[in-house]
Order: sequence, then C-alpha cells, then structure tokens
Amino acid sequence: MRRIYLDHSATTPVDPEVAELIMKYYLEYYGNPSSVHFYGRQVKKAVEEAREQVAQLIGAQPGEIFFTSGGTESDNLAIQGTARARGNRGKHLITTAIEHHAVLDTFKYLAKNGYDLTILPVDEEGIINVEDVVKAIRPDTILISVMHANNEVGSIQPISEIGKIAREKGILFHVDAVQSLGKLPIDVVEMNIDLLTVSSHKIYGPKGVGALYVRRGVKISPLVFGGSQEKKMRSGTENAPGIIGFGKACELAGLRMNEENKVLRHLRDKLIKGIMDNIPSVKLNGPLGDKRLPNNVNVSINFVEGESLLLSLDMIGIAASSGSACTSGSLDPSHVLLAMGLSHEVAHGSLRFSLGRQNTEEEIDIVIQELPKIVERLRAMSPLYNKAD
Amino acid sequence: MYSEKVIDHFTNPRNVGEIENPDGIGEVGNAKCGDIMRITLDVEDNIIKDIKFKTFGCGAAVATSSMVTEMVKGKTLEEALTISNAAVAEALGGLPPLKMHCSNLAADAVHAAIKDYLNKKAKV
Repeated sequence: MRRIYLDHSATTPVDPEVAELIMKYYLEYYGNPSSVHFYGRQVKKAVEEAREQVAQLIGAQPGEIFFTSGGTESDNLAIQGTARARGNRGKHLITTAIEHHAVLDTFKYLAKNGYDLTILPVDEEGIINVEDVVKAIRPDTILISVMHANNEVGSIQPISEIGKIAREKGILFHVDAVQSLGKLPIDVVEMNIDLLTVSSHKIYGPKGVGALYVRRGVKISPLVFGGSQEKKMRSGTENAPGIIGFGKACELAGLRMNEENKVLRHLRDKLIKGIMDNIPSVKLNGPLGDKRLPNNVNVSINFVEGESLLLSLDMIGIAASSGSACTSGSLDPSHVLLAMGLSHEVAHGSLRFSLGRQNTEEEIDIVIQELPKIVERLRAMSPLYNKAD
Repeated sequence: MYSEKVIDHFTNPRNVGEIENPDGIGEVGNAKCGDIMRITLDVEDNIIKDIKFKTFGCGAAVATSSMVTEMVKGKTLEEALTISNAAVAEALGGLPPLKMHCSNLAADAVHAAIKDYLNKKAKV
C-alpha cells in the first residue's frame, strides 16, 4: 500500500546522513567520552562538536548547551531546576494553558508542593496575550514558561516581547522550543531567553536526545546526580551517538530551513484550502499565515470523532493525529483546543496533519481527494449529523 | 490495538441508519465524552424484527454498535436484555482496556430502546 506520513510533529524519520554518522559511533567510535584514552577522546571531541552545532542553531554559546534524554527531561530540568534553585526567592510560577504536558504537569506537581501557579489563557487562535503576562507577574514570581510554537495547532507565541519583560523584572524565562527548532529562527540572546528546551527527533535526528540551553550565569539545580557529566547538570554517561546525530541534524536544519519552509508553507496552505473547500462544517484551528508553524494543519470536522477519522485514514495509508480523547489516553479531548474555546464535541473531531521534508504535492492531493469521502461515510453514521443542517 | 473483528465492523458496519417511526428509541453517551449511540428498533410479537444504529464515536464505539445490532436482531426482548456490554466486547474478540468503559455502551443503548418500547406499550 502507498503510505503517506503526515505526523511529523509526533516524530520524524532520521535523516540518512545523520543515521550514517550515528552508526559509526555505535560500531567504530564506541568509547565513553569521559575516558582519557584514545577511544574516549575521539568521542568527546565529536560530542563537543555537536554542542557547537546545537548552540549555533539557537544563537547560544556551546558552554550553554546541556544534553538530556529529550524534550520532556529538558522541560523538567528547566522548571524543577529553577524551582529548586530559586524557591527561596519566591514561589510564584507562570505558564500557559496550551503547554505540552511535560511542562504543564511539572508545574502542576510543583503547585501541589508549595508553589503558586498562574496558568495564562489563550485567544481563539491559541495565542497568549502579552498584557496577561504583565498582569500575572508578582514580586515573588521566579519563572515564566511559554512554548515557542504549539504542537497541536501550530500557533506561534510572542516570545521576544515576553522575554523583554521577564528580563527587565529579573524573572527567569523558559521556552519550550521542541516544535519550533529548525522551523522558526531562534536567537536566545535577542529573544532574552534564559532556558530553552529542544529535542532531536522532531528535526530528523534520533529519539532519546534533547538539550537544555541554560544562559551563562543562570543557576538551576540538577535533577540527576552521579558521575558529574554535562558539568554536573546532568549526570549519566552521555548518549554519544544520539548527541552526535542531534548535532548533525541541527546543522542540516540550519542549512535547509529557509528553502524547506517555503515548500512546507505552500503544501500547508494547499491542504488547508483543500479541506475547507471540499468538506462542509469544518473549522480551522489555530492562526493562518506567519503566526502558524509552516508544517501544521489542524481542523475540527463537525459531527465526527477524531479516532474514527484516524482509523479510516490509516486504512488507506495516511498517518495523522487527533486531539480526540480516544487518542490521549484520558476521557477529555485536547486541553489546547478546550483552552481555545472549542466545545468538547468539536474538539473530539479534531485532526492534525503535520508535514515534513519528504511530503509531496501529490501526497497532499491524495489527502484532499480521500478525506471528504471518509468524512461523508462517518457522518452518515453519526446521530449528530443532519443533512438538512 | 484493535482486533480484526473490530476493524471489520468499523469498516463494514451492519445495520447503520435510523428506522422511521420506530417502536423504540435508545440513546446513550454524550458529546462531552466523545461517544453517542442511538438505537432504533421495531418489535413484532415480542421479537426484535429490525434494528438500526447511528453512532458518533471512536472505532470501538462504532464496532460495538454494529455488533450489538447483529446479536439482538431476531431475538426476543427478554433474550436481548440479557446481552451485556461485556458480551458485545467479547463477541468482537475483546477491546483495548481503555475502551472497555468509555466506548462500550452499545448493549446499554439497546436496553434503553427496549425499555422505551415497553414504556410506550404500557401507556397505550
């Protein structure tokens, strides 16, 4: 069967150039970077090169990059690490309603353990209001955490504006940039970011690797203790092949970003238009144009349920995702869509296509052609759907 | 994650639709939790002569609805009332654990439709 992968925000295939490099560090250069001998030195050098490659993509210095096991760990390290290091200065934390669970659930844990948490709302496009941030700040606020771009609806947040405010107030500013890395320009200096989470497997790198940028001079507490790796910020033998692959993936992303984005935007807008024009009672979730990630499409298809849509698409070889409760492992649909003001019913019928490097115009044409048939079949089965409507 | 039978009933659902002027209507679930099932049925001589369903929900919700209509069609009302949600799931070769409580309501919908029929009959 011909298969079309449109779930790149979940994960991406590893770039062949990256995969080839990684294999060398499994099979030939397998030393422990902490070892003094030749095997160790060789790998250590490559890990430091990777650190430079990651730093370059976000405008940081290599010494400000700390490798972790991925986005979730980096988010936890940034948030818990700040709470532990600055808890004596204040107990107030600020975040948004549309963060990834790695951020939101970490904050909720802290809120149950002596910290005060403000969760900022978003507008109907899934974007926070900078004024709300200003109003939420208190004398005891120690951390503001806002994602750069949302993983479900692709909405891009006003990071530079918030960074400026946080810096002026002396509050640490954490940004989860897992979805924006390699898709949007990031400059941690210009944007006044203190802590930035990035992940490898969303940018054609291997899974199980990420990094936290910690601005020079900012002190946070480690979560994992042991052999003092990563300047004691994250003990444990480095995942050297993964780190080296991540570095390469960052280098490639930097080189390809502008060209790739042009194609992705074109395909994205074509898919959005194709869906809106060919299926009645559909709502686009998230903003249009430059306020949206170049590769994100998210629509709510009224009167049908998301998992049914995914199953039906999967049967004809199309891979997508949904904010339906059935796919989240809980009974509630996407917290992001609910925060944007969607009803449970409409949120259950959401469908996300996230595009990537390998997608073609022809693949988008197939989706535009097949999706209306699937929707028609499911609507014919739905007690909520009345053709007269 | 789904059995072949679930996929079969999801892909080729049996008895989809709505009976006009049915003898009984049963609706369970709500849009908030993501599953709504509506059963309409016709009864003749205490036997379910015809039954149709409409379902808004996930693959499991559609498959259980389809399966239950096959299981009760031609059965007496008493027989139909003994068929449980668990029996429907079993007939489908099982459901993923998460789906057992949220999307396995099809037998409840049939029972509701039978009760609706019996209530209407009692009033006549």
